[in-house]
Amino acid sequence: MNHVQLVRERWIRRSLLIATGISAGAILFIFVLLVYFCLPLITSGGMSSVLSWQWKPFAGEFGILPMCAGSLLLSVFALGLAFPAAIGICGFATVLAARSLARFTLVLVHFMTSIPTVIYGFVSVFLLVPLVRDWFSTGTGFSFLTAGLSLSLLILPTIVLVFHARLQQIDPALRLAAEAMGLTPVRQFLHVLVPAASRGLVVAAILGFGRAIGDTLISLMLAGNAPRIPDSLFDSIRTLTAHIALVLATDSQSMSYRSVFASGLILFLLMGAANFFIRRMDRGPGENRYENGR
Amino acid sequence: MKTAADLLLTAYAWFCAIAVFLATSFLLGFLFKRGMGVMHPSLFFGDTPWFSALLGASPVFEGIWPALVGTLALVLVSSVMAIPVGIASGIYLSEYASARVRSMLGFAVDVLSGTPSIVMGLFGFTMILFLRKTALPQARPSLFLAAVCIALLILPYVIRTTQTAMEAIPEHLRLLGPSLGLTRWHHVRHVLLPSASRGILSGAILALGRASEDTAVIMLTGVVARAGLPASLWDKFEALPFRIYTLAAEHRSVQELDQGFGMALVLLLMTGSLFAVASFLQRSLEKRWKTT
Repeated sequence: MNHVQLVRERWIRRSLLIATGISAGAILFIFVLLVYFCLPLITSGGMSSVLSWQWKPFAGEFGILPMCAGSLLLSVFALGLAFPAAIGICGFATVLAARSLARFTLVLVHFMTSIPTVIYGFVSVFLLVPLVRDWFSTGTGFSFLTAGLSLSLLILPTIVLVFHARLQQIDPALRLAAEAMGLTPVRQFLHVLVPAASRGLVVAAILGFGRAIGDTLISLMLAGNAPRIPDSLFDSIRTLTAHIALVLATDSQSMSYRSVFASGLILFLLMGAANFFIRRMDRGPGENRYENGR
Repeated sequence: MKTAADLLLTAYAWFCAIAVFLATSFLLGFLFKRGMGVMHPSLFFGDTPWFSALLGASPVFEGIWPALVGTLALVLVSSVMAIPVGIASGIYLSEYASARVRSMLGFAVDVLSGTPSIVMGLFGFTMILFLRKTALPQARPSLFLAAVCIALLILPYVIRTTQTAMEAIPEHLRLLGPSLGLTRWHHVRHVLLPSASRGILSGAILALGRASEDTAVIMLTGVVARAGLPASLWDKFEALPFRIYTLAAEHRSVQELDQGFGMALVLLLMTGSLFAVASFLQRSLEKRWKTT
């Protein structure tokens, strides 16, 4: 290489590095900005007021714990519905269905990811809400149950696609061996493929859970947004994400604002922790035991 | 040997697959049934003649045209920011970075892609508060701010799809550049990038769909229910997903509700066709590697 080329190579390398640095810089900036706006809470002792169970802004109570509980309960519920269904669909597409049917199922699930969240919400408002209201004849239909059902449909593709991708990475020899031992398709899936991709199962669950926690519109449009702990499936709840949207759209009291920054920081840290956990797990000993090639 | 457990689990798997198929069909069927009836020029332009509306000569009050233009402008501006940077990052992560750097920056990309969109919107909101306190007292939510936040939201998608497309290039092509004595950049530019182009393009197209559907980010960074056509990057704007969201809660008449269904259908057709193009590209790519 001559000198000119060398200099050019170096500059290209540098500019590509800078482009990559933007993501890291953005993450850092988001974190710093959220912490900066949360600082008044810590220094002025407002933390105990925000971390309480009462949200009554006009009485001066700004607790966001009901929203934390709402987010967790709703996400666990949605995951509880979507996760078993996702495993069923993966089993269907991997071992049970004929090739063309399996392909169709996967394309459908893939297509589901491209349906805008707001459409899931919009259609549910006019299709699912009346159904829930009429069938169970309690409340308005804007409830934990309605939001949970829609949310499970929303996170299902994430879980299916992540887990299916992991299943595809398994060394085909393993499947052949199981076949040769005379295992039925169901048993191949249950006793050979799923255990071999067990970490993929955990990763898929975490990513699905994260998608549920991070989603705003479904809970905002369907859950009724009452800031309290639900007593039953038909109660109205409010999630952290919906809380942020609602408060910023209406309130202008400074303490309300601060509770919003605290909510944002909690969400951010939660997702960061989830990613960190996934990373640790993928690096742990014994990973890629059954994976083929690269 | 088949047992009862086998049969039960087979039935369960079929049930799951069919249930998801039915749920999606109900959702789409309901939307098409309610939305197809209003698919008419007046949905877009109201009473305004479509030609002068297209030219922006006369304002549209009844139709969804301003929201459509707002969404298109948002997608355009955010993808102009995110796609080049994303592709460059993807190339760096797959071809240049050392294992350590790749893992560190890769983690940053993962955290960015895991950031909930409402938090990204909150970030834009705090940025305005921050700018008002410091350099720019007149800063306010706008199309540009929303586009920046959306760009950050779709950036990780573009990075990851570029990286995956580059890493999927078969070994014999990776040897081509060095064997001809090409410099690293020439190898990337003339051998690897052209081979990965379809994968990269399909990732970029999916990112466009993601940018057009997100609601949580823009509702904190400058979208409003009624704004007309966006006059500049520094103005508030309308967008399809946000209008759909507001109409669900506060439609005043059957006409408005119908309009909501029409908008939802337009948005779905938009993201659906982007998805179709992207998956066509992806499939043609897979075929190509299989035959070579």
